[in-house]
Amino acid sequence: MLKTLRRTLLAVFLGALALPALAQERSITVASTTSTEQSGLFGYLLPIFTQASGITVRVVALGTGQALDVGRRGDADVLFVHDRVAETRFVTEGYGGPRHHVMFNDFVLIGPAADPAHIAGLRDTAEALRRIAAAASPFVSRGDRSGTHAAELRLWVQAGVDPVQGRGAWYREVGQGMGPALNAAAAQNAYILADRGTWLAFRNRQELKIVVEGDARLFNQYGVMLVSPQRHPSVKVVDGQRFIDWLISPAGQTAIAGYKINGEQLFFPNATQPEPVS
Amino acid sequence: MNDLGSALTTAASMVTTADPAVVQVVLLSLRVSLTAVAIAALVGLPLGALLAVAQFPGRRVMIVALNALMGLPPVVCGLLVYLLLSRSGPLGPLGLLFTPTAMVIAQAVLIAPILAALARQLLEGMWEEYSEQLRSFGAGPWRAVPTLLWDGRYALLTVLLAGFGRASAEVGAVMIVGGNIDGFTRVMTTAIALETSKGDLPLALALGMVLMAIVLTVNAAAQVLRDSSARWAG
Amino acid sequence: MRAPDTILPLTAEGLGFARNGVDILCDVFLTIEPGAPTLIIGPNGAGKSVLLRLLHGLLDPTAGRIVYAPAPEPRRRQAMVFQRPVLLRRSVLGNALYPLALAGVPRGERDARARAALALVGLEALAGRPARRLSGGEQQRLALARAAALNPDVLFLDEPCASLDPAATRAVEQIVTALAARGTKIVMTTHDLGQARRLAGDVVFLHRGRLLEQTPAEVFFTEPETPEAAAFLQGQLVW
Repeated sequence: MLKTLRRTLLAVFLGALALPALAQERSITVASTTSTEQSGLFGYLLPIFTQASGITVRVVALGTGQALDVGRRGDADVLFVHDRVAETRFVTEGYGGPRHHVMFNDFVLIGPAADPAHIAGLRDTAEALRRIAAAASPFVSRGDRSGTHAAELRLWVQAGVDPVQGRGAWYREVGQGMGPALNAAAAQNAYILADRGTWLAFRNRQELKIVVEGDARLFNQYGVMLVSPQRHPSVKVVDGQRFIDWLISPAGQTAIAGYKINGEQLFFPNATQPEPVS
Repeated sequence: MNDLGSALTTAASMVTTADPAVVQVVLLSLRVSLTAVAIAALVGLPLGALLAVAQFPGRRVMIVALNALMGLPPVVCGLLVYLLLSRSGPLGPLGLLFTPTAMVIAQAVLIAPILAALARQLLEGMWEEYSEQLRSFGAGPWRAVPTLLWDGRYALLTVLLAGFGRASAEVGAVMIVGGNIDGFTRVMTTAIALETSKGDLPLALALGMVLMAIVLTVNAAAQVLRDSSARWAG
Repeated sequence: MRAPDTILPLTAEGLGFARNGVDILCDVFLTIEPGAPTLIIGPNGAGKSVLLRLLHGLLDPTAGRIVYAPAPEPRRRQAMVFQRPVLLRRSVLGNALYPLALAGVPRGERDARARAALALVGLEALAGRPARRLSGGEQQRLALARAAALNPDVLFLDEPCASLDPAATRAVEQIVTALAARGTKIVMTTHDLGQARRLAGDVVFLHRGRLLEQTPAEVFFTEPETPEAAAFLQGQLVW
């Protein structure tokens, strides 16, 4: 009995060690944002690309700032992010590019159903933020150098409010991804800026709902670019470029438009369109 | 309460239907953590045994350092390994970042000090008993190391379990060096973190229950083995 | 059977040992010759165990030195059995094999030598049993087998029967006698005068860290030279 047990354990152990390394297929590494991963877009999109190309796409989901850092270090082949300003800097510094528009969605201002700052239904984000600050209503910020965080900070500037003065009181930086930040907002009945995709896929909403949407300033553009093979010879140029070309091709654009949650389209392909002015 | 209930139901259905996605994640978790334990044991156990038997300058410093390293935050460990393995880091040309191998390395680095420190404590007692007899046989500290490791093998199983528990439960290091890539480097803990991010708390909790069940099974099997064998060895 | 070279005679020249500035053993001159067992006796605290450990090399003397007859690898030509046997967490056979492997005995010879040693102490039937589950007497016999397997020139025994019952003591004494007959020099401490009488060829009498007598057994037990030895033999508490 003891012998059998010992042999079984040994077999299980060796079996686990010897599990064949996952097949070494053609693959590229894409550094992207938590919003694209957590909204479920990649889960829908990548199998379509892999089927068409035979290339497996490995997505590391980070904040846009971190994703750009991963690109700078040469640890990814392709970046798929949403912070136009930071992306342009990345390209002009010679770390990669050229940059292509892929798609957009929009940010929404989320808040508790009780709406203590009385902003529900506003279309002017700047005014909404001013009222939140004036009422000192709890506001959760990503605080993680992500694309959403950068967008939020730009909105505060446009509102003429320096939220840092509310730090430690009503302005709460969590330094985490979109999902954890939404969890934090739900727990504290706080306002928060979120991308619509993650919000739609988010399950733990509790009292939260959309309070402000549809403002042109809430536009959220995604871009894609190849990491510079001159800087990092390890970059898989051919397969990486193939992914980028597919994303901005009619086939890729159609696939992006086809991703829906509860019948609602999350991302709007705009590779061929000029970016709307915000 | 509702969430707990639905987590239980989800966990049960994951186990009974052997959901292939879950199975893949579970197998990768086991593979990464068991390999990490094996590698850490190759380094940590002899080191612990040597610290138990040998007297050399710097020994006390090493013991204190090991005990401190037992508390190394996984995130810090992950960050160190990340910087080493990054394309811009010293080991970049190996191209190991965001692979299961990187996760094994990070976990091995994380638990080797734990195995060494616990093994030292355990084997020091055994060495106290053995030392005179072994020296009479002409065995110096170097020769005593394999003897203690072999004679202490059943007790050391507990040490390995502690290492396995720590490795399979940590999320910070594997998240950073593995990248939580779906179907490639996603393990139980990073999957739990992801589902928590998505706000699907019942699913996250269900995955956590599956993880607990696995760790419990491994522990129970090892305990049975240890008890029956220890009774044999006396 | 025994190689003609041996580490005997073994000589202690002015041997001393102090711990924390306290003399435990002082100025011991002593020669261990081949032949019948040498029994080291004396009251508690006389330094018997320390002398044995110094002779075996487990302790380094703080004064004087030990000289072996010129023979290669003197450390490997001696073995020791302790009052409480320290058995490895292995089988009975595994315990007998261990010192042979350490001594560099060729792999092919180890099993036969270990089994022969087990047969000598009557444990061959228990070869596969876990050593630490044996009775106290069996454990000490295994310790003897382990030492005997090495075929030492000298075998040091430190109170080997102190925690054994009379039957186990008798078994150990028989093994000791057999080993001595085989040509192994026995050097043994004991506090049991009856045992000393039964086994001794010569006697070393220690008292308060000093060697007072080294005499043939028949002389020591009938006409001790020193009053301390005489008092010890009469069962008085000497201190």
